[in-house]
Amino acid sequence: MKKNIKKNGKVTNIFLSGVGGQGTILASNILAEVFLKAGYDVKKAEVHGMAQRGGDVTTHFRFGKKVYSPIIKYGDVDFLLSFELLESIRYINWVKPEGKIVINNQEIFPPAVNLGMAQYPQDVEKAFKKHFKGNVHMINGQEIAKNLGNMQAANVVLVGAFSNFFPEIKDDQWIDALKTLLAPKLHDLNVKAFYEGKKAL
Amino acid sequence: MKKELMQGNAAVARGAWEAGVKVATAYPGTPSSEILQDIASTYPEIYAEWAPNEKVAMEVAAGAALAGVRSMVAMKHVGLNVAADPFMTLAYTGVKGGMMVVVADDPNVHSSQNEQDSRNWARFAKVPMLEPSDGQECKDFAKIAFEISEKFDTPVMLRTETRVAHSDSPVVLGERKESTVVPGVDPKDTPKYVMVPINVRVRRKFVEERMRKLEAYAEKFKYNVMEINDTKIGVISSGVSYLYTKDAFPEWSYLKLGMVWPLPKKMIATFFKKVKKVIIVEELDPFLETEIKAMGYKIFHGKDVIPNMYELSPEIVEKALKGKAYKAPKIRVKPEDLPRRPPNLCAGCSHRPLFYALKKLGAYVFGDIGCYTLAAAPPLQALHACICMGASVGMAHGAMKALGNEGLGKVVAVIGDSTFLHGGVTPLMDVAYNKGNSTTIILDNRITGMTGHQEHAGTGFTIRQEPTNMVDYAELGKALGIKSIRKIDPYDIKSSMEIVKEEMAKNEPSLVICENSPCMLLRRAKPLERFKNPFYVVDTDKCRGCRMCLEINCPAISWRAGEGETKDGHKRKGTAYINRDQCVGCEVCVQICKFEAIAPGQK
Repeated sequence: MKKNIKKNGKVTNIFLSGVGGQGTILASNILAEVFLKAGYDVKKAEVHGMAQRGGDVTTHFRFGKKVYSPIIKYGDVDFLLSFELLESIRYINWVKPEGKIVINNQEIFPPAVNLGMAQYPQDVEKAFKKHFKGNVHMINGQEIAKNLGNMQAANVVLVGAFSNFFPEIKDDQWIDALKTLLAPKLHDLNVKAFYEGKKAL
Repeated sequence: MKKELMQGNAAVARGAWEAGVKVATAYPGTPSSEILQDIASTYPEIYAEWAPNEKVAMEVAAGAALAGVRSMVAMKHVGLNVAADPFMTLAYTGVKGGMMVVVADDPNVHSSQNEQDSRNWARFAKVPMLEPSDGQECKDFAKIAFEISEKFDTPVMLRTETRVAHSDSPVVLGERKESTVVPGVDPKDTPKYVMVPINVRVRRKFVEERMRKLEAYAEKFKYNVMEINDTKIGVISSGVSYLYTKDAFPEWSYLKLGMVWPLPKKMIATFFKKVKKVIIVEELDPFLETEIKAMGYKIFHGKDVIPNMYELSPEIVEKALKGKAYKAPKIRVKPEDLPRRPPNLCAGCSHRPLFYALKKLGAYVFGDIGCYTLAAAPPLQALHACICMGASVGMAHGAMKALGNEGLGKVVAVIGDSTFLHGGVTPLMDVAYNKGNSTTIILDNRITGMTGHQEHAGTGFTIRQEPTNMVDYAELGKALGIKSIRKIDPYDIKSSMEIVKEEMAKNEPSLVICENSPCMLLRRAKPLERFKNPFYVVDTDKCRGCRMCLEINCPAISWRAGEGETKDGHKRKGTAYINRDQCVGCEVCVQICKFEAIAPGQK
């Protein structure tokens, strides 16, 4: 692993977006733990504050041999991992033309849509596929998590799906990170969620 | 060497612990709140407390430093305005044990009432300021702050900002090592610590001499670093601005300042000799630029291209410095066409029915700092002014004095429990003392809500969850001289309206306290237990689509368009819909619906 890092000075940019309460921060913590343990320099930035109150949540996660800025440059995203449809399309311009996209197929209406004053965007998947073709992956995170008995695990389902892009990282490394970050009583559920997610992409 | 991923705030806490800090205090404020939370949960060797406000926190830390132990105080940028009084004079007295003042700025105002550049305080107070750019520096700089503090007899400022405080990066952990200063108070030091004019004049001169010594120290400070690469362009920068620029232009030369006050004048002179053109990249004010220009240097670029407001980012820096050569990414979807997702009060929040009641009363509402400031947004729009912690109470009093009897029945102040204890008690005393007639409502949700649930003097628990004394707001109001004190259950809209209406109309000061209204996210208070039913549903036989229930902006209620009619033949353009996963059964919408169309749901 260390040898790979030395050969490759490039920084990989992962952008996570979702709605407060969806568990995007845990997902980004798992990524950070995995890539730090794998020997990379990592940086992760998120906006806290009012996110609990239903606002949008974004996390910038970067790994490489040496990472300076904690913030990804606009237009430089290699991977967009989004937990909600509107929050995925909001950041479509951030993704590099060859970037890869994983989207949780869930709609959470913002207040203006609830009030009937704005339209929830239609055809998010189509918009992404128009620009990114086969690099767009839709995941039914809610459904998969519900079948496992807990909707809350949708975020880890997404992480499982996302793990397919990094074959150099072994499953054990992901599972170790999960177990480091979650309370023991949640381990079984989330390990299952990870593998179900991995199969889904 | 153990390496751990740490948030900037956690790294500051770690640095303080490694430096042997014994007393740490703060009032929560984004983006600084996690520092004290982390100290309380991780480092039992440190005494930690939530102070009622930043001024008290500063004084507690100052007292500990005077008694010879290392101490720290943390706050957000606007907190230093509150703490400025002790801080400015503490700069004269100096310290015995090392003392660090952490101040976290919020460029781009993610969660604040203004956008200050705290570097100005360092120059203003004549104290040194360190500015870390990532987790490792947060830890290292926090540690070294205490050495500087003891060596130069001064409080030392550590300035972070959102992208440093709330970013995670790897940090190498070290051991705890306590200061060699012997704790204890010594009456012989009185001339140093009693700031009466005759002593002040002596210390005033000391401050200037100290500044000169610190300037010399800055030249050797190991975190003021020169990186000479391509000498065509040299950048002077600090903190996260340095990281953004370094990412965009790795080939240039850099002078990265770890200490942003005082500045290393000789080092700057050397840098100007080594590179052909100098660019200064800094967020917010032209702080370095003004100083460096005053030294007589000409710079290639600074605030002529770098914005002096909001936050910087890699693309803002690149765009500013490349000018026309910058190639913007392709626009695939216009983000401005998408519905925004502003934060909202939680489903079931007790603020929602209260503000609905105030709106129905037509009250002009002086607001304060907290989640309830969200009541200003549409469709609720029931809060009309908000400037700083505790301001609502004094402002409502002032407005009533201005309006005279015309104001009776029209004006009210609202303030959260934590905010009231922070800055609302003194103005309430003023209302009683100066024969005011304003009404103050305390929105008591039993916790400091918006910053993520910190204890305060009214919750009955310390920062480490030990049971403690709990302020009684009614008794406090009485002691301040308020005679008309009422309690309301905000979930009972009709009764709240009646009581608040009576109090606003009275020609005497009133205090209204919300009871039985804990924060929805505060598990300890079991906020859901008081609700009779787990959720409610809209009876589409009865819903006439009047949209009244949408007025309260509950995240669980949405509009479903579609022509139709009720069972008894009333035409409608759509119906309300309640999302049962989000509804908590607070019954606020049930009270608002005129057609009894909202009924308990069955599991």
